[in-house]
Amino acid sequence: MRFVSTLVLVAGLSVLVSSASAATLDQVKQKGFIQCGVSQGITGFSNPDDKGNWTGLDVDFCRALAAAIFNDPQKVKFTPLSTKDRFTALQSGEVDLLSRNTTWTLDRDTKMGLNFAGIIYYDGQALMVKKSMKVNSSLELSGASICTQTGTTTELNIADYFRNNKMKYEVVAFATADETLKTYESGRCDVFTTDASQLYAQKLKLAKPDEHMILPEIISKEPLGPLVRHGDDQWFDIVKWTLYALINAEELGITQSNVDEMMKSSSPEVRRVLGVEGAFGESLGLANDWVVHIIKAVGNYGEVFERNVGVNSPLKIERGLNRLWSKGGIQYAPPIR
Amino acid sequence: MVVIAERAPRERSSLLTDPRVRSILIQAVLLVFVVGLGWYFVENARANLAAQRIATGFGFLNVTAGFGVSQALIPYSETSTYGRAFVVGLLNTLLVSGLGIVFATVFGFLLGIARLSKNWLIAKIAEVYVEVIRNLPLLFQIMFWYLAVLATLPTPRGSFSFFGLAFVNNRGLVVPEPVINEGSGTIGIAFLAGVVLAVIVRYWARWRQLRTGQIFPTGRTALTLILGLPLLVYLILGAPIRFELPELKGLNFATGIRILPEFLALLLALSTYTAGFIAEIVRAGILAVNKGQTEAAYSLGLPPGLTLRLVVVPQALRVIIPPLTSQYLNLTKNSSLAVAIGYPDFFALFAGTTLNQTGQAIEIIALTMAVYLAISLFTSALMNFYNRRVALVER
Repeated sequence: MRFVSTLVLVAGLSVLVSSASAATLDQVKQKGFIQCGVSQGITGFSNPDDKGNWTGLDVDFCRALAAAIFNDPQKVKFTPLSTKDRFTALQSGEVDLLSRNTTWTLDRDTKMGLNFAGIIYYDGQALMVKKSMKVNSSLELSGASICTQTGTTTELNIADYFRNNKMKYEVVAFATADETLKTYESGRCDVFTTDASQLYAQKLKLAKPDEHMILPEIISKEPLGPLVRHGDDQWFDIVKWTLYALINAEELGITQSNVDEMMKSSSPEVRRVLGVEGAFGESLGLANDWVVHIIKAVGNYGEVFERNVGVNSPLKIERGLNRLWSKGGIQYAPPIR
Repeated sequence: MVVIAERAPRERSSLLTDPRVRSILIQAVLLVFVVGLGWYFVENARANLAAQRIATGFGFLNVTAGFGVSQALIPYSETSTYGRAFVVGLLNTLLVSGLGIVFATVFGFLLGIARLSKNWLIAKIAEVYVEVIRNLPLLFQIMFWYLAVLATLPTPRGSFSFFGLAFVNNRGLVVPEPVINEGSGTIGIAFLAGVVLAVIVRYWARWRQLRTGQIFPTGRTALTLILGLPLLVYLILGAPIRFELPELKGLNFATGIRILPEFLALLLALSTYTAGFIAEIVRAGILAVNKGQTEAAYSLGLPPGLTLRLVVVPQALRVIIPPLTSQYLNLTKNSSLAVAIGYPDFFALFAGTTLNQTGQAIEIIALTMAVYLAISLFTSALMNFYNRRVALVER
């Protein structure tokens, strides 16, 4: 089945008549929706709820994009992709963008023909073990069996980390997150490893989450962000500035509830962002009030974060590095002007 | 085609109505079309890849892979190249397929014969086994062995011990590791000498039987030669191969050879599943041999065992070999289901991990197809060679 799907993707890659370089925005407008590649189910990032509606941080980003283009956050279709198939799906044009907790690396940005549109979540890799192992640090894990997903930066980081610390290890790599977790739970592996944010989400899926703990060491940098194909600068700009609009809105205090009032604000910065002054939307090929549409649909970056992964969500993740630069974090967006 | 052309009346009214010319013309047009289509696909892919600036070519095979692999038959580390990971995966696939074929054949033959047993209980047990195994999806059986059987074993600290020599736990099977010292080469030579002697004994015994009718116990002699000679040399040299016993250290066994549960689960599932199909092929093959052959053998005074071995099976093989080849090919291709349980076979390691780390889908899928095609064609070639040997010789 996986082989077949990969083959289809490869066939798509070779047959698509240079549609990759054609204007994605026009294609999206023509078909009437955005095709957004997401994960196969990670609570808080992209996960279908009991009614089949996709929710999460990565999902909300695609909804924001749909709002910016169509003024309707529902005009987006989601394609769940495994870590293994995600890049081929984007390269072959099966999806218009990936918003799928994907780490920004040089190789992916260059050789794979992809462009990262910014960082939506600053993450790092962590390790989960059973409390009964009585291990307090990742450095006590020599000889451990480690369950992870194949085709990830996680797989490479764990190899680097154990090699660097001269510890023995054995990696058991699976194609999907569910298989990985199930095998870890069965006791085949001592360690389950992935990005810290996902680790919190996956821990909730275990039968007895309290019997497991996440070790304190963060062993890598995992800047996660949405990405698009090479060769369409306009589409790249739209995706990039949708992310920056979310962050800028939070910085300026524009929220889902006060956006209408803010339109009357006298602050030139707010007026520019909301399209009251200037024609910044037009430069992108969108309506001038594109940010208003975005904020009305999903709220600003802070609201999206808190709703999906923040301390009041089931995941209970602190903002940490993802706080705005003005509040002790490193989330920072170039100005809209 | 040639025959028709010769029979056709040679009226040269028009070149287009000449069937020979017409058929060449049609074939030429078709060839141009197929080649053109192929060229279009290749050129189109190349242009699209270049437009998106996606890396192409096979240079990635020399790049450091950077990931670890749980089972490697040749030395492999994170600093090895993707090319080496390719070989590691290929060997893992060959290992599990090769062993799977051996086990499935032995088990399948026993089952097939058991299905024809006159003992009601044995025949029924074999029948139920075949019907159950053949009718459940293979992926389900792999998951069953992996998650329902092997994963429920105790942790390394609570391993089942076999007299302190081998240990079974949820990390696999740990057996003593041979430490090879000087002089061990002689043992290998002794083994080869044993094999050669056994072959000579077999020919001699046959020659003697044809001349005098006396039967020589070839099987037992061969076994003694093949196993006894190396053992004798081993003892004379003062036991140069030492076995290091598995020892628990930290989280896992530090010494000894460990056989991964992923490997065991895949091997068990592949051999038991394919054995079910082979059993039916063997049963069909034996039933295809005329009853008169068995009766003739009995009337000559051959005991049932010899009748089966010398009269029935050689004739049954002619029916068995061709469908058996298909089962061998199926088993090899089915081994790519390893990806579901994390066994680093060729497909998981190359068309999975390597594809994702490099993103060069077209090159990697092409190589993957070439490798499976090569393995299958090689297996078929071997089996076809064997088939010609056992096929009915028409005189």
